[in-house]
Amino acid sequence: MSPVLDIRDLSIAYRTPGGDVQAATHVNLTLNKGEVVGLCGESGSGKSTLAYGACRLLRPPAVITGGSVLYSGKRTGTVAPVDLLRVPQGDLRAIRWRDIAIVFQSAMNALNPVLRVRDQIIDAMEAHLRLSKDQAHEKAARLLDLVGIPRTRMRSYPHELSGGMRQRVMIAMALAADPEVVIMDEPTTALDVVVQRDILAQIVELKEQLGFSVLFITHDMSLLLELCDRIAVMYAGRLMELGTSADLKDAPAHPYTQGLLRSFPSLRGARRALAGIPGTPPDLRDPPPGCPFVPRCGFAQASCTEVDMSLLPVPGRRSALHVTACPVVTPELVAERAAAATAAAAAATAATATTATEGALS
Amino acid sequence: MTEDAVTTLTSAAAGNGPLALEAVGLSKDFRLGPGTILHAVRDVRISLYKSAVVALVGESGSGKSTVARMLAGQERPTAGTIKLNGEPIDVRSGNAFRRYKSEVQYVFQDPFGSLNPVHSVGYHLARPVKLHGGRGIDTKKRVIELLEQVRLTPAAQFEPKYPHELSGGQRQRVSFARALAAQPNVLLADEPVSMLDVSIRLEMLNLLDDLRKRLRLAMLYITHDIASARYFADEVLVMYAGQVVERGPAEEVTQQPAHPYTQLLIASAPDPDNLGSVLKSGNSAPRAGGTGGGPAAVGCPFSNRCPLADDKCRAENPALLQLTAVRAAACWRLSEAAPALAGDAA
Repeated sequence: MSPVLDIRDLSIAYRTPGGDVQAATHVNLTLNKGEVVGLCGESGSGKSTLAYGACRLLRPPAVITGGSVLYSGKRTGTVAPVDLLRVPQGDLRAIRWRDIAIVFQSAMNALNPVLRVRDQIIDAMEAHLRLSKDQAHEKAARLLDLVGIPRTRMRSYPHELSGGMRQRVMIAMALAADPEVVIMDEPTTALDVVVQRDILAQIVELKEQLGFSVLFITHDMSLLLELCDRIAVMYAGRLMELGTSADLKDAPAHPYTQGLLRSFPSLRGARRALAGIPGTPPDLRDPPPGCPFVPRCGFAQASCTEVDMSLLPVPGRRSALHVTACPVVTPELVAERAAAATAAAAAATAATATTATEGALS
Repeated sequence: MTEDAVTTLTSAAAGNGPLALEAVGLSKDFRLGPGTILHAVRDVRISLYKSAVVALVGESGSGKSTVARMLAGQERPTAGTIKLNGEPIDVRSGNAFRRYKSEVQYVFQDPFGSLNPVHSVGYHLARPVKLHGGRGIDTKKRVIELLEQVRLTPAAQFEPKYPHELSGGQRQRVSFARALAAQPNVLLADEPVSMLDVSIRLEMLNLLDDLRKRLRLAMLYITHDIASARYFADEVLVMYAGQVVERGPAEEVTQQPAHPYTQLLIASAPDPDNLGSVLKSGNSAPRAGGTGGGPAAVGCPFSNRCPLADDKCRAENPALLQLTAVRAAACWRLSEAAPALAGDAA
């Protein structure tokens, strides 16, 4: 199956007086039909830049310094895939929203406060679809039905809606032209968990119904594990690891992914030791040679500064989809370290127990 | 509803140290317009003990920040009393307010908005040191001490920096240092990590935990992330529509929630241990009444979303019912919602 969206070797930089900030470097990522792919990384890792860059939505000082983004949707399906980075401006306009739609970050503020919700949706449709006024009105109503907003709220202004409802309006707008690909940039970050779960369930439902693909961007790994088919982990403008949710959860290969997984408290099951990832990401104006995670990595060794960061299959894994940029850390090495840590912890507990006994005796 | 029913209830945080800040019957009404009053906080009882963390958990608009602002003396309660070290608080005059602030400090949610972009880190810290430190204090030395306390080292390097030169985590450390400058006994932290990246959050919570132990701080931790409350807090208070619907030891509340709202909160939290679950199968189980409408105006505020609600729930607001020595929940239908716990209470 050929991918709907194929990002190949994409590099994006921000031109600043102090030098180029390498926001995304040689990124390869594909999105298949009907798939939900998660793009995970901390702020400044380049995840939004990558997604916006792939749709040519970035303005200077951002420049695309290399690569291609091949789109092969149903409307261009019979002919060869088009390279979004090279199509003429007019064609690009036709592809955006109709074929590739975006639900923007902080959608709470992305709506125009002085326009009624209905008018904003119709506005988007007028720009991209040929519909009569009645048709547009009817379609706007159906879209709001789709995301569970009563038709009576069509005439509401954004401030009259709750955060969750505004988010739903944004999703409805993105789906207005029946797109093939929906890019969602932190669509639920500002919402509380109950509303978040509701909206995610709705996205999944709509996806099944309408058959689009989703590129879901967030820094919340726990969310992605539950939601996505595949997850890409990004750090300092590089893809560190890519695999199915199960791959990443059960056998995270890259030490950064392992760190992320140890970073969030779990609600269910036994309390587990949490480690977090000490340190801060590198300055991307002057990225360190080799792997950018070296200064924060517990496994770092001399050869890490020469790693070329290409994604290689994880040794010992069956799945060809599971690739990592770290050639150093192997499952054996992780197991070895874990065993050593457990032994040390056991020794420490034994020592405390001894002290406690002594204390009790004295 | 009254708190009388639960006066025998002990806080799960009580074992850690002496009582520092206590509020009883705390309520706050906001007048929205003629005849419309919003009961933002209703009859909340909260006790902060030294070296202990109490978490206030709830969705946006549940009144948790209003509780913190009243405890901080920034908002006057409509009803109820707040006592600091056993004395009713007095924040009416400027001097009294400053004395109160030197005991009770507030950490804001947004490290990007709460620091002044035109002032250096050193300035942010020197001001409260001068204000609360009294005469003859070596401001410079104290600022360096504060930076070291929140592990912004080497301190001399961070002191002249401006907020835009710092990462989100570093900025929040400056906020912590600023709150500690007054040498308070009580720290009110309003979503201190929610704006930070997941990988940084844990470090921040560990830092707060360390400060609490070392400085014997009584801490209020406001969050909408109940999972972090499980790890960080001694006692958890769950708020819904301005009232506490459940309270108890953090581990017990998260592992065996009694109130249907707490159960919904926990069921809604992302669960990485549950790969491809609810969401993928398209079966969104705990869709308790959706999200529209807001809390019910009459009866139990959760009754219009609660799967167990009956006529009594829709007519009468339940009081906190004590379940064990340290747990309570406000629900008419506890015997169905949490049979194991309700059995204990009877």
